[in-house]
Amino acid sequence: MGAGEFGNRERAVKRVAAEPETEGETTLSSEATTENKTLLGADELIINMGPQHPSTHGVLRVKLKLDGERVIGSECIIGYLHRGVEKIGENRTYQQFAPYVDRMDYVAAVSNGLGYCEAIEKLLVVEAPPRARVIRTILTELQRIASHLLWLGTHALDIGALTPLFYCMREREEILKIFEKYCGARLTTHAFRIGGLQYEAYDTLEKDVERFCKDFESRVAEYETLLTQNRIWIGRTKGVGILTAEDAIAFGVTGPVLRASGVKWDLRKAAPYAAYDQYKFEIPVGTTGDTYDRYLVRMEEMRQSRLICLQAIENIPAGPILAKVGKVLKPPPGEVYHAIEAPKGELGYYVVSDGTVQPYRVRIRPPSFINLQAFDRMVRGHLVADVVAIIGTIDIVLGEVDR
Amino acid sequence: MEDRKQAIVTVERGRLAEIALHLRDDEKFDMLSDLTAVDWPKREKRFDVVLNLYSFTKNERLRVKAWAADGEEVPSLVGVWPVANWLEREAFDMFGIVFAGHPGLTRILLPEEWQGYPLRKDYDILQQDTAWVRENLGIESGQ
Repeated sequence: MGAGEFGNRERAVKRVAAEPETEGETTLSSEATTENKTLLGADELIINMGPQHPSTHGVLRVKLKLDGERVIGSECIIGYLHRGVEKIGENRTYQQFAPYVDRMDYVAAVSNGLGYCEAIEKLLVVEAPPRARVIRTILTELQRIASHLLWLGTHALDIGALTPLFYCMREREEILKIFEKYCGARLTTHAFRIGGLQYEAYDTLEKDVERFCKDFESRVAEYETLLTQNRIWIGRTKGVGILTAEDAIAFGVTGPVLRASGVKWDLRKAAPYAAYDQYKFEIPVGTTGDTYDRYLVRMEEMRQSRLICLQAIENIPAGPILAKVGKVLKPPPGEVYHAIEAPKGELGYYVVSDGTVQPYRVRIRPPSFINLQAFDRMVRGHLVADVVAIIGTIDIVLGEVDR
Repeated sequence: MEDRKQAIVTVERGRLAEIALHLRDDEKFDMLSDLTAVDWPKREKRFDVVLNLYSFTKNERLRVKAWAADGEEVPSLVGVWPVANWLEREAFDMFGIVFAGHPGLTRILLPEEWQGYPLRKDYDILQQDTAWVRENLGIESGQ
């Protein structure tokens, strides 16, 4: 396994020396609940991590309050990637805004697009045809696998395991190739349209998906041989960043992080959308809610996504791919909240219409933003080296946190 | 009130905290999945503060709205659902709604010194805090 157990720790300490705290007075908003007494009466140290730090997965800046090696408080400073997506939404027509949502969680663009299209469909009171719904489900599940693969690769890399990254990228590439064949884009796909699909599935879509799924079973097993029983991996993840079920619900945490804490809740089951009600799959849950559990939950989710894809390609109904929605969309006045289970958690769109061609308000409930808030709760009492493990395990994408 | 089969209730701003506690403890809406605002500048009380609640036991959603005029304080719900902390900061950042009793109501996405509240309807899409941009980015305009 690449870097040793202490690799990250040394690096973190070096950063302190290289980057003296520039801001004289730092107040932590969480101070009220932090114990101000330090062990042995040593001085508290406040260090700055990010925004340009490879393991913060983008431009996340974290202020850590340390007692020696131990974290006694933290504050996330976000907004470096803020582009005002919600404001842009109010100034574009419903269709024009659709490509923008792909740029939020840019490693799971298909899921973002699905949520938005379905929210507007709900607002228009139309339903996508069955064929469109099944193809949407297939692509979204592939996207979930791709997103989890990127998470696994980078998360393991942060902790010091270099190898899984290359393996994960190899499989992710296969998925991106399917997307490219389907709609021409790999990352910001804009694969769906309001009312259904823009493109008919290409001829060999089923075959490609089937081939990928057949290979993928052994590939997941391969990742597991690298990590699941690995002593360093267990040492770095077990018991790290524990989040209890009560805390997770109080902090609004959703997605794999919530499930790892033992709450069996998945929007694909709780409020089925697309074609999920037709397929059989399990919701994996964890027991302790630590980093290791979250790892196991996501691994199992990839397997379940694979099963959903295999069921879906069995029977893709024939028929139209686009409902009759017209070229100009003028939803009747009103409002709608629609949430889907994105790879990171509950992705919700709250759209208010005033009867014109532009949304009056588009509110996006980003899973990463809300899950990140629980970071402080998870990181307290852990070592500096565990901070990177905990950032990785929440699986944030800063494009979505900052919007 | 119902809109496209979704339950919506509008409550009095002053009683929001009390109602929130009742909804959490008695009605089992244990998760606040979203808190946001909508600006209606032509209305006397221009802001809708919108809470999006979810109940795990009932598998139900409920939207709670409270109206607030510009400058009126809305009771903070951080004590009821800790998740409200960042969400209220975001609503303050984007709309300038003040939440009374919030432990640290500061801007969250925009820079601390930024002037203006971008998601208000009278804030144009091309508008920005030119003084801040000039001072901090060293350019005349982002456009």
